[in-house]
Amino acid sequence: MSGILSLLAQTLRISVPYGLAATGGVCSERGGVVNIALEGILLHGAFFAVVGTHYSGSPCVGILAAAAGGVATASVHAFVTVTCKADQIVSGLAINIAAFGLTRGGLRLLFASASNSPRIPSPDAGLAARLPGGESALGAVLYDPLFLLAVALVAAASWLLFRTGLGLALRAAGEHPEAAHSAGFSVARLRWLGVLASGLLGGLGGAWLAFEQHSFTDQMSGGRGYIALAAMIVGKWHPLGAAAACLLFGAAETVQMRLQGSGAPTQLMQMIPFLLTILVLVLWVGRAVAPAASGRPYDPEGES
Amino acid sequence: MIGAGRGRAIGLAAGLALAALAGCGGQGGGERSGDFHVGLVFDVGGIGDKSFNDLAYAGLMQAKRELGISAEYFEPTQSGDREAALRLFAQGDADLVVGVGFLFSDDIRAVAGDFPEKQFVCVDYSWSEGQEVPPNLVGLKFREEEGSFLVGALAAMVTGTGTIGFVGGMDIPLIHKFEAGYRAGAAAVEPRTRVLVHYAGVTAEAFKNPAKGKELALAQYEQGADIIFHASGSTGLGVFEAARQKGRLVIGVDADQSAEAPGHVLTSMVKCVDRVVFEEIRRALKGDFAGGVRILGLAEGGVDYARGAENSEWLTPEREARLADFARAIAAGEIRIPLE
Repeated sequence: MSGILSLLAQTLRISVPYGLAATGGVCSERGGVVNIALEGILLHGAFFAVVGTHYSGSPCVGILAAAAGGVATASVHAFVTVTCKADQIVSGLAINIAAFGLTRGGLRLLFASASNSPRIPSPDAGLAARLPGGESALGAVLYDPLFLLAVALVAAASWLLFRTGLGLALRAAGEHPEAAHSAGFSVARLRWLGVLASGLLGGLGGAWLAFEQHSFTDQMSGGRGYIALAAMIVGKWHPLGAAAACLLFGAAETVQMRLQGSGAPTQLMQMIPFLLTILVLVLWVGRAVAPAASGRPYDPEGES
Repeated sequence: MIGAGRGRAIGLAAGLALAALAGCGGQGGGERSGDFHVGLVFDVGGIGDKSFNDLAYAGLMQAKRELGISAEYFEPTQSGDREAALRLFAQGDADLVVGVGFLFSDDIRAVAGDFPEKQFVCVDYSWSEGQEVPPNLVGLKFREEEGSFLVGALAAMVTGTGTIGFVGGMDIPLIHKFEAGYRAGAAAVEPRTRVLVHYAGVTAEAFKNPAKGKELALAQYEQGADIIFHASGSTGLGVFEAARQKGRLVIGVDADQSAEAPGHVLTSMVKCVDRVVFEEIRRALKGDFAGGVRILGLAEGGVDYARGAENSEWLTPEREARLADFARAIAAGEIRIPLE
C-alpha cells in the first residue's frame, strides 16, 4: 500500500511543473499565440525563485519573484508576437536560447558558480506537520503550498476560459480574431493577457523545480517546456485535459523509473512515456484541433 | 537569414579576438612573464563548474605558481567556439595548448595537425584502439572503472541493507564503465550485494536534469538502497538532494563533492585532472613532451577516491587497508575489471 502511495507521490511531484506550464500553454494558445517560450519561462521562473528566496530568506518572496520573472519573460514574447506581429515560433526559440544564457550568466555573476546556486529553503505552510498523513511522501506533496496553488490555478484557468465572458473573448481572439474585433474587443489586449497568464503559470512551474531541488542548476528545465506543449495538445487545449495528460506523462515516467531496475533493457524502458503518448493520441484523444487562428498574427486593418 | 548568420559569425570572431586580447592583457588569463606560455580552453560550463573545469584550472594555476609559466585561458560559451579558441592560442605565442573535455577530441586532433610546431594536450581524450594520434598531441584517458571499483567495494563494506544504487547520466559506454567497475567492486567484497541501476536518459540532456536525478535516487532509496553512486553530471545534484531528504549516503564523481550534502557523502570517485594537467605542463616545460595516448588508472595516479575529513566517519583504517589491497591488485593486473 505504502508502495503505491509513494508511486502516486512521485507521479504528482513530476507532474506539477508539466501541469503548470501546460495550462500556461493553453491560456496562450487559446488566445492565438503559440508559446514555445515555455521552456525559457520555466528556467527563468526557477532562477528567480532562487534569487528571490536567497536574498530575502523567504520562499514566499521566491514564489512572487518566480511569477514576476515568468510574466516578464512572457511580456517579451507578447511584445514581439502581438504588438510587433513577428513570428511566434522564432520569438519563442529566441527567448529559450536567451534564457539559457541569461540564467547561466546570472548564476556566475550572483553566485560565482557555473553549476548551481547556494541552497535555499522550500515553502512550508506547516500543513504537513498538522494534518493527518503529513509525514508520508504523499502528504508532503499534497500539503505543499505550491502544489495547492498549482491545483487552484489549473481549476481557475479552466473556469475563466470556459465559464466567463472574458474567457469567451480570449478564445474568440484565438479562433476568430475578426469576430472578437467586431464584437468590440481588443484582440491585442486579449492576446497579451493570454501570454502573460502563461508566464505566470510557467514561472510558478519553474519555482516548483527550484524548490524541489533547493537550488538553481544550470539548464534545470530539461526540456519540460516542450513536454508541457505536448501535454497541452494531448489535452486538447483544455486546462483539465492538459492536467490529465501531465498526470499520465508523470505516471509513465514513474513506472519507467521503477521498471528500469527490473533488468529490462533501459533503451526500451526509456521509450515508455513516448509510446504511451502515441497510444493515447491514437486510441483515445483522436483528432486534436488547435485554435483556428493560433500562430497567426492579427492585423485589425486586414492587411495580412 | 543569411545576413543574420554572417553577422553572428563576425560577432563571434570579434568576440574571440577580444577575449584573446583580454587574456593577453591579464584580465583573466595572465601576462606573458615566463618563457613558456600555456593556453587552456575550458569546456562549456567553464570555471565554477565544481568539477572538471575547476580541476583543470587548479592544475594550470599550480603550474603558474610553481613552474613560473605564463598562462591564459578561454571559456567558450557555445560549442562552435571550441576549435576557434584552440586555433587562436596555437596561432599566438602559446607553446602548449590544453583542451578540457572529450568534446575537444576531434577539434584538437585537427588543430594539432595544422600546427606541428606547437604542443597539445586533450583531457578525457576520446580515442579508440589503433586510431592515429598526431605526434604533438597528448590524449589523456582515465580508467574510470578502476576508481569506480574502489568506491563500489567501499559501498559494499558500508551498506547496512545489502542494497546499493547507481544513477548514470546518459546511457552510453563511457558511463557503463563507471557502472561496471562499481558492480565489480561491490561483488568483490560481497557477491550478494544487490545493485540497483538507473540511467537518466538517452540524450545529452540526461547530464543536466537534477529533478530527474532526485526522483531516480528517491526510487532507489525507497527500494532499499542506502548508498548511491552517481555518474551523471549535474543530474547528480538531485541525487545529493534525495540523500539529504532520506538521510542516506551518496558517492560523488569526478571531483570531491562532499560539499554538496555534508554528512551524506561517503566518498567521491575522483579523476585527478588537476594533477595530470600540472604534470603535462611540467613535462612539456622540461622538454619531455611525448605525443600519444596516456591511459591513467590507479597505478598512474589518474583516478582515486576522496578521503577528506568529511569522509573519515566511514573510512576506518581496516576499510582503507582493504581498499589499498584492491588498488594494489588492480594496478598489478591481478584483478580484471569489465568495461560493460
